Amino acid sequence: MTVLDDNRGPMGHGRMLRKEDRRFVRGLGRFTDDLQLPGMLHCAILRSPVAHARIVHIDTTAAQMHPKVKAVVTGAMLAERGLAWMPTLSGDHQAVLATDKVRFQGQEVAFVVAEDRYAARDALELIEVEYDVLEPVVDVRRALDPDAPVIRDDVGKVDNHCFDWETGDAAATQAVFDHAEVTVTQEIIFPRVHPAPLETCAAVADFDRVEQRLTLHATTQAPHAHRTLYAMFAGLPEHKIRVISPDIGGGFGNKVPIYPGYVCAIVGSMVTGKPVKWTEDRTENLTAGAFARDYVMTGEIAATREGRILAVRSHVLADHGAFNGAAAPRKFPGGFFGVFTGSYDLEAAYCSMTAVHTTKAPGGVAYSCSFRIAEAVYLVERMVDILADELGIDPVELRRRNFIRPDQFPYQSKTGWLYDSGDYEATLDEALRIAGYAELRREQAERRARGELMGIGVSFFTEAVGAGPRKDMDMAGLGMADGCELTIHPTGKAVVRLAVQTQGQGHETTFAQMVAEEIGIHPDDIEVVHGDTELTPYGLGTYGSRSTPVSGAAAVLVTRKVRDKARLIAAHLLEVDPDELAWTKGRFDVRGVPGVGITIQEIARAAYGADALPAGMEPGLAGQLTYDPQNLTYPYGAYVCVVDIDSGTAQVRVRRFIAVDDCGTRINEMIVEGQIHGGLTDGVGMALMEYIGFDSDGNCLGGSLMDYLIPTAREVPDWETGATYTPSPHHPIGAKGVGESATVGSPPAVVNAVVDALEPFGVRHADMPLTPSRVWEAMRGRAVPPW
Amino acid sequence: MVVNGEYVVREVEARLLLVHFLRDVLGLTGTHWGCDTSNCGSCVILMDDEPVKSCTVLTAMAGGHEIRTVESLEVDGELDTVQRGFMACHGLQCGFCTPGMLMSARALLDANPDPSDHEIREAISGQICRCTGYASIVRSIRWAAEQERARGEMP
Repeated sequence: MTVLDDNRGPMGHGRMLRKEDRRFVRGLGRFTDDLQLPGMLHCAILRSPVAHARIVHIDTTAAQMHPKVKAVVTGAMLAERGLAWMPTLSGDHQAVLATDKVRFQGQEVAFVVAEDRYAARDALELIEVEYDVLEPVVDVRRALDPDAPVIRDDVGKVDNHCFDWETGDAAATQAVFDHAEVTVTQEIIFPRVHPAPLETCAAVADFDRVEQRLTLHATTQAPHAHRTLYAMFAGLPEHKIRVISPDIGGGFGNKVPIYPGYVCAIVGSMVTGKPVKWTEDRTENLTAGAFARDYVMTGEIAATREGRILAVRSHVLADHGAFNGAAAPRKFPGGFFGVFTGSYDLEAAYCSMTAVHTTKAPGGVAYSCSFRIAEAVYLVERMVDILADELGIDPVELRRRNFIRPDQFPYQSKTGWLYDSGDYEATLDEALRIAGYAELRREQAERRARGELMGIGVSFFTEAVGAGPRKDMDMAGLGMADGCELTIHPTGKAVVRLAVQTQGQGHETTFAQMVAEEIGIHPDDIEVVHGDTELTPYGLGTYGSRSTPVSGAAAVLVTRKVRDKARLIAAHLLEVDPDELAWTKGRFDVRGVPGVGITIQEIARAAYGADALPAGMEPGLAGQLTYDPQNLTYPYGAYVCVVDIDSGTAQVRVRRFIAVDDCGTRINEMIVEGQIHGGLTDGVGMALMEYIGFDSDGNCLGGSLMDYLIPTAREVPDWETGATYTPSPHHPIGAKGVGESATVGSPPAVVNAVVDALEPFGVRHADMPLTPSRVWEAMRGRAVPPW
Repeated sequence: MVVNGEYVVREVEARLLLVHFLRDVLGLTGTHWGCDTSNCGSCVILMDDEPVKSCTVLTAMAGGHEIRTVESLEVDGELDTVQRGFMACHGLQCGFCTPGMLMSARALLDANPDPSDHEIREAISGQICRCTGYASIVRSIRWAAEQERARGEMP
């Protein structure tokens, strides 16, 4: 094992270098599209060129005549098998292949299976589809107009209403607003963006007609949940389905849902009897894959003149696209947006939400955030800055005056969330110290005097991650508990099997570290197995920063369970009472008798050996359990962003970004910092450039990486990070989860900085993405919504 | 063409992209495909020692040229310094952009053994990483440059 700086931080082996890197740096990662099975065929999908149309006729004759084509499948053919529609994660259904209408540009209409990638694409050109084009619904604000065309006639809808949802106390909030000294209101848009992992979605389906067994290699963040959903909707027996999620080239929420492409690959393999590969191209990924955000929010805040925040109220108009495919527990159709009260101690809060259908791709996944928390944090952190502007109080000071205090934890929020632990002011102070906040404000004043546009933005976020308690949280009806299995072999080497699946988070390293810490076996001697339903216990997968809070807890607790058994064996072998043994990492020693003890390796040998074990004990040294978290965990952080805006071109440059995160106990500081760096880049991307827009005909304007802009190394600064450590009281090692904190916390810091820079122009708010043209408009008092 | 030091002669469709030739025909799956539009750089390889995007080169155009992919970096069981740098400085997370980044890094250090951070960022600015936020990639390349210079200065 190589270690950069051993034993820094509370976990053993500290900044241990990653075990998984050795295959990736050699180009030996095992990504889905790398797989080539004997006789494998290739699937390509024909997609709708228009946003809304009735399908009049599909002619596949010419495609079927193509010499390399093995199958052409349409929605009508799927309907005969009962497979034309599939359930979404939000209780709606979605067309696998359109049968009646297409409802967004890029929707799946037919697929071809052919001998190679290119032939499959060629054959798509030979399919003729006659469309009767209908009016699209693009503007979310017009979706509920009485004359808006109805998108979801498939379920008998008479308008484009999707759902209503509310949280908090409307009357109590109104009462506070009625008597508040100061109120501010602002419409705030979080535009549609896309997780756009570098690896697009892909699947290789291999159906064995003799055994009636399906093996599906697919880019899924949740292999077990997907297996169950395939079984439920396709009628395949679950014990005959194996879902393998190999190395994943980034997920960020995009690989949570089941996509029609996966189903097409499965059907293609069943029809042809051969393995079938489907790999979407970038345009398919961006136009038809699950989007994120797309909330039009109205924020209201009530406060005293002295800067005491009393209440926050919001109304959200949520664009859910053609089908409600949002990834959210059933009790939370608006995700965890209820944490929009932020990090502040309020008297009242209320949110109402109206979700609508439009002729856009379905989704509503969390792009690197716990369900909809990025939206919630953005709303409250923008509103606090707007209030600061109204009151003439420094935004840092305003936040400080309203924080939930350390002695208030566990803190019950006015929308029902139980924040587990925090010391917000300490974290804020650390960020201000690193930033040199007072000095930055002095520099800003000097630059302003010279006519230069410099902005300083602060945000303070609290996330709610690690979904979650089974009594409240599920995905498509499956409770969000995770199993974990640990086996210690006779020679003292261990295998830990996880229900979660890494997409780059480094589970093969951090889970080995967690087990090592508890059992005293070196992390190099602990193999982490994940991503294969046949080799791992049931669980709900990796998203919402849940791996460490849920599966991490499972791994620690199962290790302690195995250690408890090891203690009994040790006591038996040493002929003492179990209570007489003291555990130090890796061995039990008899208290008060120096030199008498036994290592975990020796115990393992005995557990599988031929000598007697304690009466009634099963041989072997292994354990299994399923962890049902009692609460979410609440990581938080303080971010400071410094921007310079070119007054001639309105180009925003992020000069510095300071991020101080508190995610409780850190298992591997190096990996935590890496996760934060990635999230900060997401945040800069969303704030300044990432945007899935549509024209009035419903054409997607963000359908390639030439149009959907992602930060490169030149658009981001060298990140400055810091840490405070406030453990979660209910997690067995006090860890909280961190994968998405930075994506949540950074967009408001960047936007607050840009708005701060534009203060000389009287700008109080400007919507993302803050591209040069949009900043230019804002400087001229013409702030416009992104569309 | 020569691929990683071996002569390769194949008959291919005129339109076959080099990235698909490397991956599907030769089985060199270390080179990745990510975007179709030459934006992401997952497919960067070295063609006659210059980093190019293999999604934008036809296989036929590579005829007569020397191609190096990520699989060529390890020699006789010893990793290239840039590979070791990425492992030492956490220059990768999901590993999808990594082969392309490594090839650009190798080309940069071959041309400029002592690049500034700005030059490193410039060299990888045609590539996208969604995981690392680039700082650790910059650090990894700088680490490799320092190692190679130290080695070069040894008598």
